[in-house]
Amino acid sequence: MKRFAFALAVAALAVPALAKPINFELPAETATFKPGPNLDIVQGNCGACHSADYIKTQPTGPKFGKDFWQAEVTKMIKVYGAPIDEKDIPAIVEYLSTAY
Amino acid sequence: MIQRRTLMRASGALALGASPIKAFADTVTLPIGNGERPIVKYPQKRPMIGLTQRPPQLETPFAVFNENVITPNDAFFVRYHLANIPFDTIDPDTWTLEVKGKVNKPLTLKLADLKRMPSVELVAVNQCSGNSRGFSNPRVAGGQSGNGAMGNARWKGVPLKAVLDQAGLQAGAKQISYSGFDGPVIDKTPKFVKALDIDHARDGEVMIAYQMNGADLPVLNGYPIRMIVPGWYGTYWMKHLNEITVLDKEFDGFWMKSAYRIPDTENASIEPGTAPKSTVPINHFNVRSFITSVADGAKVKAGPTTLKGIAFNGGSGIKSVAVSTDGGKSWTDAKLGQDLGKYSFREWTLPVTLAAGEHVLQVRATGNDGKTQPDKPGWNPAGYMRNVIESTHVTAA
Repeated sequence: MKRFAFALAVAALAVPALAKPINFELPAETATFKPGPNLDIVQGNCGACHSADYIKTQPTGPKFGKDFWQAEVTKMIKVYGAPIDEKDIPAIVEYLSTAY
Repeated sequence: MIQRRTLMRASGALALGASPIKAFADTVTLPIGNGERPIVKYPQKRPMIGLTQRPPQLETPFAVFNENVITPNDAFFVRYHLANIPFDTIDPDTWTLEVKGKVNKPLTLKLADLKRMPSVELVAVNQCSGNSRGFSNPRVAGGQSGNGAMGNARWKGVPLKAVLDQAGLQAGAKQISYSGFDGPVIDKTPKFVKALDIDHARDGEVMIAYQMNGADLPVLNGYPIRMIVPGWYGTYWMKHLNEITVLDKEFDGFWMKSAYRIPDTENASIEPGTAPKSTVPINHFNVRSFITSVADGAKVKAGPTTLKGIAFNGGSGIKSVAVSTDGGKSWTDAKLGQDLGKYSFREWTLPVTLAAGEHVLQVRATGNDGKTQPDKPGWNPAGYMRNVIESTHVTAA
C-alpha cells in the first residue's frame, strides 16, 4: 500500500502542470466598408490589418478629402509597411475620398 | 426614448447601469462631427462605446465616472494598436516574462513567481494619449475618442524595480524596452515596443500589475500582467507584458522615435495646423477636471443642487478645484473628496444654487505643482493631451 502510494506520488510529480489557455473570443466583426468605387481593392488592402470602422470614424467634411486620405494611405505604406501596390494607391484614395 | 436619444446626442454621455431603462440604444452620438458610435458588448465588459473592432478599441460611457471615483473593471476603456492578438494562447500557468539584455542574470519569470514576491498597491489613472482627440480643432486623424479613454483603478503587483534588482543591472544600463505578446498582422509593421529611462523604471512606483480593483486584469486590459506607469499616458502601460530588455543606449524603435511624440512646447501646444519644430516622447499627464454629475445639454431643477466631478494630473496631486456657474466670470473652490493618492482621480463636490435659465458650468483644477488648465484648448498634430477647462451647458427650470 505504501509502495503504491509512493508510485502514485511519483506519477503525480511526473505529470506536467495542465496547460490550459483561457477561453476568450472577440465578438464577430460586423463593421463593413461603405459601397464605393474600387471597393474590392480597398477590402483586400486596408481590411487586411484593420476593420472598416478605423476609416468610418475619421473626421469628415471639405478639409478631409483627397489630400487627407492620400496622406493616410501614404502613412499606412511608409510607416506601417502596408504592402500596397503603387498602381492601387489612386484607386484606394479615390474610394476613400468618395465614400467617406 | 426619443428624449433619451436626444439627451445622449447632446451630452455624449450614457447612463448605462445607473439607468432604470433596461434596454439601451444601439448607438450613441458623441458631441463631435461624425460622432455616431455603436454600443457594443464584449466579454468581461458592460455595454461600451465601440470605436473600432479590429484591433478593439472601447470607450467608457462618461456617466460611469459619476458612479465611483474608481472605474469598474467591466467599464474600463480598451485600446490596442495591432490586430494580431492570439487571446486563445494566453495561459496563466505557462505565461512567462523574460528579462534580458544588460543584466547579470537573465530571468524567465512565471506569473506564480511574480505573485510570490512582495506586492504593492497603488491607485492610478490610466489615460490614452489620444483621449478627447475627437474634440481637436482643427480635427486630426487617429482614434476619434470622446472623453472616455481614461479610467482610475487600484493596481496590485510587484515594483518593476524589484524585478530589475533580481536580474541585476549591468553598469551602463540606460533604458529598458518592453513589449507584450500581441503583434502586427504583417511583419513590416513595427511591433509595439515602448521604453523608459532606467531611473524611471527603478523609481519603485512603476509596477508590473496582475490585479486591478481586487480581481485579475480583464483580458482586454492586459491579462495576465501589464505595466503600470503612474502619471504617464497609457501608451507606456504595456498590456500582456512578456518581455523586458535592459539597454545600454536609448531605444530607437518606431513607437518611441516616431510615434507618440509631442511638440517640445508649453503644454505640448502649437499654432493649429502647423508642424512642430522639435518633439519629445509623450510623458506625464497634464491636469484635467470634469463635471460628472450633470451632462452637457441636461435639464436640471432650478434651486440648490450639488455638483460633483473628478480631477487628476500627472502625479503632483490635486491642490484645488474651482467651479464657475457663470461661464468663468466667478469661481468658487470645491470641496475635495477622499485622497486615494496623488495618481488617482480626486473627487470634488460643490453645492450651488442654479436660478431658472441657462447656465454654463465650468471646472478648473490646479495641481500641487501649480499648473492649471487653460481656458483655450491647445492643439498638436496628433491630438494629444487636451486639457482645456470643460464647459457644461445646462438649463435649470
